[in-house]
Amino acid sequence: MLSWLITLLLGGGLLAAGLGRLHPQAARWVALAVLGLALLWLLPLLGRATGGPWQPGEGAWLLLEQHAWIPRFGIQLLLGLDGLSLLLLLLTLVLGLVAVAASWWEIEQQEGFYYANLLWSLAGVVGVFTALDLFLFFFFWEVMLIPMYFLIGIWGHEARHYAAIKFFIYTQASSLLMLVGILGLAFLHQQEQGSYSFSYFDLLGSGDRSPHGFWLMLGFFIAFVVKLPAFPLHTWLPDAHTQAPTAGSIILAGVLLKTGAYGLIRFLIPLFPDSLTSFGPIAMGLGVAGILYAAVVAFAQTDLKRLIAYTSISHMGFVLLGVYAWNSLALQGAVLQMLTHGLSSAALFMLAGALQQRLHTRELSRMGGLWRYAPRIGFIALFFAMASLGMPGLGNFVAEFLVLAGSFQVNLPMTLIAALGLITAAVYALIMIQKAFHGPAPSAPALVDFDRREVTAMAVMMLGLLWMGLYPQPLIDSLGPVLDQLQRTAAVSLETVHWSQR
Amino acid sequence: MLKLLWLIPALPLASSLLLILTQGRLPRAAVAALGVGSVGLAALIAFAIAAGFDMGTTYSQHLWQWFAIGSLQPGFSFYLDGLSLVMLLVVTGVGFLIHLYASAYMHPDPDYSRFFASMNLFLAAMLVLVLADNLLLLYLGWEGVGLCSYLLIGFWYQDPANGAAARKAFVITRVGDTAMAIGLFLLVREFGTLDIQQVLSAAPERWPDGSTLATACALLLLGGAVGKSAQLPLQNWLPDAMAGPTPVSALIHAATMVTAGVYLIARTHDLFLLAPAAQTLVAVVGVLTLLLAGYSALAQTDIKRILAYSTISQIGYMFLALGVGAWSAGIFHLVTHAFFKALLFLSAGSLILALHHQQDIRAMGGLYRRTPLLFGCFLVGSACLAALPLTSGFFSKEPILAQAWESSALLWLGALLGAGLTALYSFRLMFVVFFGPLQTPPQPLDMPPTIKARMPAVLLVLALLSLFGGALSLPLDGVLPATEAHPPMLVEAVGIGVPLLGVYLAYHFYLARPERLTQLLKFRGSRRLQILAQSGGGFDWLYDRFLRTPFIWLAKTNRDDAADLISRGTAGLSRYSHQLLAETQNGQLRWYASLMGLGLAFLIGMGVLT
Repeated sequence: MLSWLITLLLGGGLLAAGLGRLHPQAARWVALAVLGLALLWLLPLLGRATGGPWQPGEGAWLLLEQHAWIPRFGIQLLLGLDGLSLLLLLLTLVLGLVAVAASWWEIEQQEGFYYANLLWSLAGVVGVFTALDLFLFFFFWEVMLIPMYFLIGIWGHEARHYAAIKFFIYTQASSLLMLVGILGLAFLHQQEQGSYSFSYFDLLGSGDRSPHGFWLMLGFFIAFVVKLPAFPLHTWLPDAHTQAPTAGSIILAGVLLKTGAYGLIRFLIPLFPDSLTSFGPIAMGLGVAGILYAAVVAFAQTDLKRLIAYTSISHMGFVLLGVYAWNSLALQGAVLQMLTHGLSSAALFMLAGALQQRLHTRELSRMGGLWRYAPRIGFIALFFAMASLGMPGLGNFVAEFLVLAGSFQVNLPMTLIAALGLITAAVYALIMIQKAFHGPAPSAPALVDFDRREVTAMAVMMLGLLWMGLYPQPLIDSLGPVLDQLQRTAAVSLETVHWSQR
Repeated sequence: MLKLLWLIPALPLASSLLLILTQGRLPRAAVAALGVGSVGLAALIAFAIAAGFDMGTTYSQHLWQWFAIGSLQPGFSFYLDGLSLVMLLVVTGVGFLIHLYASAYMHPDPDYSRFFASMNLFLAAMLVLVLADNLLLLYLGWEGVGLCSYLLIGFWYQDPANGAAARKAFVITRVGDTAMAIGLFLLVREFGTLDIQQVLSAAPERWPDGSTLATACALLLLGGAVGKSAQLPLQNWLPDAMAGPTPVSALIHAATMVTAGVYLIARTHDLFLLAPAAQTLVAVVGVLTLLLAGYSALAQTDIKRILAYSTISQIGYMFLALGVGAWSAGIFHLVTHAFFKALLFLSAGSLILALHHQQDIRAMGGLYRRTPLLFGCFLVGSACLAALPLTSGFFSKEPILAQAWESSALLWLGALLGAGLTALYSFRLMFVVFFGPLQTPPQPLDMPPTIKARMPAVLLVLALLSLFGGALSLPLDGVLPATEAHPPMLVEAVGIGVPLLGVYLAYHFYLARPERLTQLLKFRGSRRLQILAQSGGGFDWLYDRFLRTPFIWLAKTNRDDAADLISRGTAGLSRYSHQLLAETQNGQLRWYASLMGLGLAFLIGMGVLT
């Protein structure tokens, strides 16, 4: 049951904090065990999601769970799991394990509280990916925010306070706008049906009927694109990523950003299907602007982590473009991009963290020629740089190809401009490799190559990207019914709106 | 035997993976056995398949479904017909010879294993490109060879210049690749599939001759082809690509990868037939490129750069062939060019090794007695390159000129002038390097003799192929439209005569009367023409000035991200207003009293006025 999964992570966090007081190293074992257990619990569901031909018209939900919470306001504990949620949960837990692996030797103070925050943040993410009651969704949205604030603010690097506060203000202010949107929809339900409801199923498509629909939609939109992040609301991200400890960057880039995209697909468009036509071009424009703008900014960065942070923004632009193109190709591409970017960016941040730990700098100007002393790090960095620039054979290519092939059918000019991102991606990915690993080698580097623990974590992500690049069909199969249903839901409510207007 | 088709790309791929996973810990002999052996085995299978292949038929092999969304269902599927078979044999055959040569050439290099890992990966990608039955898989191979090209140009990564050349190659070809990707999006929208045969059979039904969409599609594919094949306007990466080890230049930047654009156009020739404007553009691009590159080759002093420009120029002939409809001749020239250009590059490699990595031809000279084998190889290669009668280059270039004559006198003239230039620059190279006074004496190689012997052996095989490759007949009937051109005798005679004239001019200016050349260069303006040739037409300057520099300027200027002004501005504003208000709390009674008075006056004034 889904509530057990969330309880497990929350409880695991408490346990880690408690045991961490007795023995500092106990906490990481707790985190490892909790995440491993959660992953084991989820894996059998993947077989169900991909197995068997799916019948059109059949519900796409694998699990649904409903408990009363505050009945007076129609608030329930409504949790659901379908192929989309499932894949994102798997990503969350795998990257959670990677984050634990990255923290293993890096974190040396207050370990109990550290791993507790890590688990609590992940619990919030799991809640976000499964909540189907908008109030509950908002609750989890906040749950994942606050522990992350602590992770950056306590265990971050030199400018951690600035970065943490910036992160908090951006996400908090934007999520309050979403709260207004949620309340607006609940009030609308009360006006129409006589009772409050926050249930996803009750509110589907209702946003278009509200006289203030556009403003409510904008509240959701801003909350989601701040998280995504989209140009021009992205500037919290480079600071947060650069200052966060490695695990924080991994969770931020790999998982937290995806909640924004998930929100758009699961909530915004099904709640406000009309916004696809009225607001779609603007959103796509923001996506395209983000792709190119962030790529150009990334090229000029001298801080390795900052460079990677900007590439994240660029890649998330493809997601925004794909979501608003809203056809099967583009949606599949957008979700695959969320998954592949989750792995590739997490790996790049882990690399940057490992280099920082070894060289005590993130400055590219102080690197160079590292291949000679650490060919394993160099090869792995090259691999993920290739993933980042969309090399076919790796998952990122399939994702970006599908996004662009899909958006080509909807908006030609936007797609043509977005395709330039394929060139700029090559420019920034190759300059990163050049500055860090190629060129003349420093005379006396104190650089230890990756050990077995690090190679294992990296190999998991490399195999994942290869799998998604060479045989993504199981993922596509488990997403297919969900995305079809979402498209149909949006289409149906669009029809009813237009019919009632006539 | 056909069932083993998948092994041909799989063997080099497996070898490459093994070399990567062992992280350079294998002994050299094992690396060579894996790296060369896997390619040799692949070549054996390819030749066995060719021996049993029923020409005129096709064979498909489906390995697994890549993904399926609606009607878009690309698979890892191979398609074998006369055209892909020819490419298969060239890639594995010449590829094997070059690998064998490289196993000796690279023997002293500490990164022997990394070299073969990249070379094998390249071959696997190239074979996927050639065998793919759908354009998405072809694109996978297409980008894969680009990656390996990048890795091998920048193989000696400690020199930043090599890294710059590698990135330049990757980014410029990526520009073309992006055009090609957009072409694929267009095909997905129009036909819902990327299966090559399905697209080619559906296109004539959907698109009338010369329709806008057909033209757009053909032009976008052409964009990909000019990038990969180093044709105008994306040709300027190839001369710099010579930064890689010489076997790499022979394999990737002469014999195989750079001809991928030719293959792509031939593979999708039905689309180009629907778009006559695009096809004409192919011919025009070819002629302009072959002239510019031939002209540039004249003024180069680095032996590898001369060969690089000659490659660009010869691929220009292939494009011209495709553009005027001499489809089979274009592919034939691709094959013979693979032989004689590999021969020339590998001979140059041996020469460079013998002269202690000297690449400047001005420091060479008088070598024909000291290195008779290399002299012979160069002579064969240059004769083929210049298309002197009875060489393979003659048999493949002659039908291109004939078809160009049939289609347009202007194209023919361009090609003819190019043929003269080719003979001139290739024999300039011959005369400067092998005749005249001895400049740098060659040194014997310090290498085990059994390993060293691989290099001359490979050169001999390639020399034989170059000499007699013209007798091959390619199984292209039924795959590519057949064309017959019978120009008047005089035209053919001129086509034979012009290269001979080029050879004579080279003899005259570089061997017999070099002082005439010095005089010629003293003319006003000839210095400028020389600089133009040395810089390859100034494209580097152009792109640097108008694309690269502005991009870098923009990026550096905006390093701190102007969008952050939103938050920095908000923060600054609140801090400023905080300061402003804080200053009112200065603890002075007078100040507070006067403010109170002012406020009171304001309130009363409001009350009175409203």
